[in-house]
Amino acid sequence: MVDTPAMSGSAPGVKGLVRTLEIDTRLVGMIGAFIALCLVFHFLTDGRFLTPRNIFNLTIQTVSVAIMATGMVFVIVTRHIDLSVGSLLATCSAMMAMTQTVVTPDWLGLGLNHPATAPIAIGVGVLTGLVIGAFHGWLIGYLTIPAFIVTLGGLLVWRNVAWYLTNGQTIGPLDENFLLFGGIGGTLGEAASWVFGALAVAAALAALWQSRRNKIAHDFPVKPLWAEGVMGAIIAASILGFIAILNAYDIPERRLAQMFEARGEVMPEGFSAGYGLPISVLVLIAVAVVMTVVANRTRLGRYIFAAGGNPDAAELSGINTRMLTVKVFAIMGVLCAVSAVVASARLSFHSNDIGTLDELRVIAAAVIGGTALSGGVGTVYGAILGALIMQSLQSGMAMVGVDAPFQNIVVGSVLVAAVLIDIIYRQRTGGR
Amino acid sequence: MTARGTPLVEMRDMHKSFGGIKAVDHVTVDLHAGEVVGILGHNGAGKSVLMKMLSGAIQRDGGEIIINGKPAHINNPRDARDYNIETIYQTLALADNLDAASNLFLGRELTTPLGFVDDAKMEAETRKIMNRLNPNFVRFSAPVSALSGGQRQSVAIARAVYFNARILIMDEPTAALGVEETRMVAELIEELKKQGIGIFLIDHDIHQVKAMCDRASVMKNGQLVGTVNVNEVTEDDLLGMIILGKQPQLAA
Repeated sequence: MVDTPAMSGSAPGVKGLVRTLEIDTRLVGMIGAFIALCLVFHFLTDGRFLTPRNIFNLTIQTVSVAIMATGMVFVIVTRHIDLSVGSLLATCSAMMAMTQTVVTPDWLGLGLNHPATAPIAIGVGVLTGLVIGAFHGWLIGYLTIPAFIVTLGGLLVWRNVAWYLTNGQTIGPLDENFLLFGGIGGTLGEAASWVFGALAVAAALAALWQSRRNKIAHDFPVKPLWAEGVMGAIIAASILGFIAILNAYDIPERRLAQMFEARGEVMPEGFSAGYGLPISVLVLIAVAVVMTVVANRTRLGRYIFAAGGNPDAAELSGINTRMLTVKVFAIMGVLCAVSAVVASARLSFHSNDIGTLDELRVIAAAVIGGTALSGGVGTVYGAILGALIMQSLQSGMAMVGVDAPFQNIVVGSVLVAAVLIDIIYRQRTGGR
Repeated sequence: MTARGTPLVEMRDMHKSFGGIKAVDHVTVDLHAGEVVGILGHNGAGKSVLMKMLSGAIQRDGGEIIINGKPAHINNPRDARDYNIETIYQTLALADNLDAASNLFLGRELTTPLGFVDDAKMEAETRKIMNRLNPNFVRFSAPVSALSGGQRQSVAIARAVYFNARILIMDEPTAALGVEETRMVAELIEELKKQGIGIFLIDHDIHQVKAMCDRASVMKNGQLVGTVNVNEVTEDDLLGMIILGKQPQLAA
């Protein structure tokens, strides 16, 4: 089979290696920037940044923004914007908080901490997000009001609908099972985390192998077997390393003792246990996998990127771009609801200002992650990495003791600089 | 023009206004199988609007589209595809950020039994048809924005040809092409004609129209000036129709 000549010849140096491994150079750059950032903070904080405890905290702080950022990728790829995600999160959170503190215990008579409460509350939240998101999409797609205006209006409307729903009060405490999605309050523990890690490695390797077999079946060029091996090893090491770090963060002794007490047992002498994988991170992983599959392997995803690359072409190809807009914003709405679960569970209550300014963090995460506002270009993993970079910057600076105004000055500057670097990168490579 | 059985397509009394402007003003044209009909006229004469009513991109205000003697209902691009009408737009209508295979199958993706898009299969099919249309085409994984004008054109043409079009609308297919690529398009048109495909060819180049078309329908200010057999008229006659709206002596 014919292909670009550069593929067959082994180009020397790092560039050649990257090309043989078929790694996205942009991804390499972002991971490199992230690692450099972490090392700088680690040095500046005298080794407090890259500790299991801090990595654990960074991870759970990133989840809420990262979940919404995956949806924002679709929105921006289709040349729209959503300024209402923070307010929509608040409305979903308010609906769920009222459901589990008023509706299920009193109106339905289930009492507190009933096993059905969390599923009902989450169902209500997701439905709320879906309906509001789809409504935004309808206003934008069918009534052709610009997304900027619809969601700017939504920013005000949903923030204050949330206020109205709760009379501006803080609502809590929330249901016990619901709180499991908050992060530190719900983790898998060491053994289950290792099992999950092993399954994830197996799934990733199977996907690599399947993709290679598929290419061979169609006589397409494949990379050398050793390159596949290296890729597989990198992926496996990353997954298992991440699990090891989360497991290495020990639950404080006092908390362990309380947990044993709650079960009516006495903690054995010298007992210790790690937190392991938080359930909220599990939710983010699930969202990331689903969104990536939607983006790369479904017609919906293909149409989202086609409509972003050339709306006229998409329309002329028989794609219903109006309905597509509704679907994209409905997905965004659902993800706001999922984010609301994680955010309110992490706080352990619903507060009136929950999600404030999240729209800016989410858009920044997507954009730092390589999503182009001109449309047609963006990746789910990039957005998650973008969210992680933003959060690391923020917490790193807080740990170093940078004054609050300077923190925001730096974050804002990084956003602009990231887009500039991206533009230069695109001009150099002449593609996506 | 003598009748040769039922035409493949008849567009009768088509009209379309945008605001107060009559873009297409009661125009009737037809097309037979294995025939190339040129649609000529200045910019703004209504050629593209007329063709877009056939391809479903624009909804007509009035008139009838008859395909193989039966009235056809074409209200959007999907309807047109159901009648095996394919269009190669002047702008090519490609999603620049996607690769050749994704563009070729856009809106008609091949899927695996589980309903996921089957990129490997689509790329294999794309390689097959490209081998036939443009053997020089090798950049299957690059986004089409990275391709040359001629390569982009072949993607657009492949998209029309792959799905067994019976009626093909080409909007200035050679406008952006070099000499060699123009020759390839001309050869392709000959080949498609032999397969019995009917082609509407929108073109500005009188030379090419004389060379490639069997008949030509000339439009001016939204109205049909007339339809002539191209080998019965001179280039000057065609120019007179386009510029002055003047009927040639022969075809009256």
